[in-house]
Amino acid sequence: MAMWFARSRNLVSSLRQNLGLSAILIKRNHSSPRPVFTNYELSSKVFLDPSTSFRHESTAVESQPDLVQQSDHEDDAQELDFPGGKVGYTSEMKFIPESSSRRIPCYRVLNEHGKIISDSDFIPVSEKLAVRMYEQMATLQVMDHIFYEAQRQGRISFYLTSVGEEAINIASAAALSPEDVVLPQYREPGVLLWRGFTLEEFANQCFGNKADYGKGRQMPIHYGSNQHNYFTVSSPIATQLPQAAGVGYALKMEKKNACAVTFIGDGGTSEGDFHAGLNFAAVMEAPVVFICRNNGWAISTHISEQFRSDGIVVKGQAYGIRSIRVDGNDALAVYSAVRSAREMAVTEQRPVLIEAMTYRVGHHSTSDDSTKYREADEIQYWKMSRNPVNRFKKWVQDNGWWSEEDESKLRSSTRKQLLQAIQAAEKWEKQPLTELFNDVYDVKTKNLEEQEVGLKALVEKQPQDYPTGFHI
Amino acid sequence: MASLLGRFCRKLVVPGSAHGSRMISTTACDSEAVKSLNLYSAINQALHIALETDPRSYVFGEDVGFGGVFRCTTGLAERFGKNRVFNTPLCEQGIVGFGIGLAAMGNRAVVEIQFADYIYPAFDQIVNEAAKFRYRSGNQFNCGGLTIRAPYGAVGHGGHYHSQSPEAFFCHVPGIKVVIPRSPREAKGLLLSSIRDPNPVVFFEPKWLYRQAVEEVPEHDYMIPLSQAEVIREGNDITLVGWGAQLTVMEQACLDAEKEGISCELIDLKTLLPWDKETVEASVKKTGRLLISHEAPVTGGFGAEISATILERCFLKLEAPVSRVCGLDTPFPLVFEPFYMPTKNKASSSSSLSSPLKKKHYLIMGLHVWCRYWMQSSPLLITSHSICFFR
Repeated sequence: MAMWFARSRNLVSSLRQNLGLSAILIKRNHSSPRPVFTNYELSSKVFLDPSTSFRHESTAVESQPDLVQQSDHEDDAQELDFPGGKVGYTSEMKFIPESSSRRIPCYRVLNEHGKIISDSDFIPVSEKLAVRMYEQMATLQVMDHIFYEAQRQGRISFYLTSVGEEAINIASAAALSPEDVVLPQYREPGVLLWRGFTLEEFANQCFGNKADYGKGRQMPIHYGSNQHNYFTVSSPIATQLPQAAGVGYALKMEKKNACAVTFIGDGGTSEGDFHAGLNFAAVMEAPVVFICRNNGWAISTHISEQFRSDGIVVKGQAYGIRSIRVDGNDALAVYSAVRSAREMAVTEQRPVLIEAMTYRVGHHSTSDDSTKYREADEIQYWKMSRNPVNRFKKWVQDNGWWSEEDESKLRSSTRKQLLQAIQAAEKWEKQPLTELFNDVYDVKTKNLEEQEVGLKALVEKQPQDYPTGFHI
Repeated sequence: MASLLGRFCRKLVVPGSAHGSRMISTTACDSEAVKSLNLYSAINQALHIALETDPRSYVFGEDVGFGGVFRCTTGLAERFGKNRVFNTPLCEQGIVGFGIGLAAMGNRAVVEIQFADYIYPAFDQIVNEAAKFRYRSGNQFNCGGLTIRAPYGAVGHGGHYHSQSPEAFFCHVPGIKVVIPRSPREAKGLLLSSIRDPNPVVFFEPKWLYRQAVEEVPEHDYMIPLSQAEVIREGNDITLVGWGAQLTVMEQACLDAEKEGISCELIDLKTLLPWDKETVEASVKKTGRLLISHEAPVTGGFGAEISATILERCFLKLEAPVSRVCGLDTPFPLVFEPFYMPTKNKASSSSSLSSPLKKKHYLIMGLHVWCRYWMQSSPLLITSHSICFFR
């Protein structure tokens, strides 16, 4: 053993003498770099069909203060490969700060007085489009008000409003194409409204009557319409995000000129499905637009109790996703941002993240009284001074495209239409009892058939114990 | 073990037996080509066929690209391309959620969860989303094209997190189907049925059998119907019900019981949700006894559902309480695995199979007690079927 050691020691010392210590160190060869593909390059070779590549140079991404600050001590010569690709070394031990020195700024076009800020980037909106957008925002307001009251009167069991978020709802919908598949959370009925869902159809779902496409199976506001490419709302938070990645991938495979668009609140970004959804969309290079409505509250949980990051926009980069923060109460900014994001998603086949800053003026739902956990002054401020509908109205009016007469006509006719829709929906027949058992599977199974027979017999025997109106 | 398995796994030629005959499979004709395959190869074949026959089908999950940790996805990526067969990030909720999205757009998504022990992060997506997708939308949307495959069950050295049998959790979820094959030939047919079934299916594969089970598997495209149990061994004295790898154990128990003159009828349930009650009911009405066996812990296991249902339907025909020979109510242990498992000895010594009193004996006992009660003029009608009182 000792002889072996002595021999190896001699070997090393002779090496050192002959070749110098440098021979033992591994040196980076500048002249012929070993070809190493980054994961990104590998995957782009794999996932894109070269013959029908959608890639092209996107518009320049606005430079943002880097979270990673360049070090003066970075030593270029010391750069080595790791599985993720080449990374430079530094001898300076420096931690990336937990947040940037300044917050990511918020993109907006209209100031609070409804005037376009000079030199803003934005996609122009025609009179026709602008008027339609405004009408729909006002309609959404009236709809929310009337349905909320209907719940208070006990005519429907539940409701939740989108008050304060009308710009996000309508402007984002206006920026999309009808083929884009929408996977909502639950505070985006304006998207469905824009696409042509009628007030009657909304009312039918809230009443769960025979005309409800959902067949009365879910609580109010759980709208869905395959005709309008709007996936049915489900109560669990953020579950739609990884599904949106799958939908986007399906569209990618079909080479459709369409993308998946999915919405989430600030609270929902804490769910594991947010991480799953963004990561999958990025890795799969799926055309998905993730729109986060950061409205400051998740029921009673303020965003200061939800995360410690600078909102949601900074999380995009963590997944390799291009992101933007936009003023969610500025309809023109939302329109431009969503329109651009959609184009990027489809032409570059990549996900994009939009954080739309806004405020939830209403209570979380009819089961909530938000004055219990926030100041009434705060609510009032946002309702009056930061109202997205008023802000856009000013701009539309300033252009001469809208008058007070139009306003009162619209509001009164919409109100009337809604009241009629509610009255009609209330009177509609209920669903036949057999719909309790359908659609669990594509075809009713034996155990369900047996249970249906048993239930029908029971209801016929003791009708007084059951609500009326359900055709057996 | 191999020879026993060889006897258990059905071949096209059925050996004559004095104590009950085997059911011949109707899935392959003599003229069709067959190949001797193990379970992972049979599953691999099914996946090749599924992707071949539907260009809108996809296979993905952790590590499926190179063939998968159990080699079930070998050759798929090379043959069908990385757009259709690909690795995913390590995130089960993402895998299933992504699969739901793909399926909702009309595609077939055959997703792999690496071990059934890791399926729980996807439980929300499976229960709250996949299972309810069609129902909650009023049939406007569905994710029937989703099939979730996961290896389950004891493997000899798996411990807590490579041996679980979580089927019971999923059997409690209306809207999905739960399918568990017992052998290579069954697996191929059942997997193709599951993939093509217009409902989301959770398909548990007994990992113990991936290499161990070898069977003649027809090479063509065939499907075995879901929700149809199969009597794989006929008998008259007792019905045994099981699924997956446990059937090999139960087959052994049947052979042992045969030596004692007990004729056992063995049923492979195949689909646990929705399950074929009629086949089990007909069998128990014939035999009067039921023994259910599964690896999963006995409390709250799927055996309880079968037991309750059979009691409801066959109470008057039962000669003994329903037996459940199952795993213990512990996390799946490592060094204690041989003690935990529901072995053939446990089955043989269970109350249903061991010392089965003859029917005649019970009848005499019943009559005796009836007479005594009658004489005490408290008319308590006890028939020869109320044997449980006398055990």
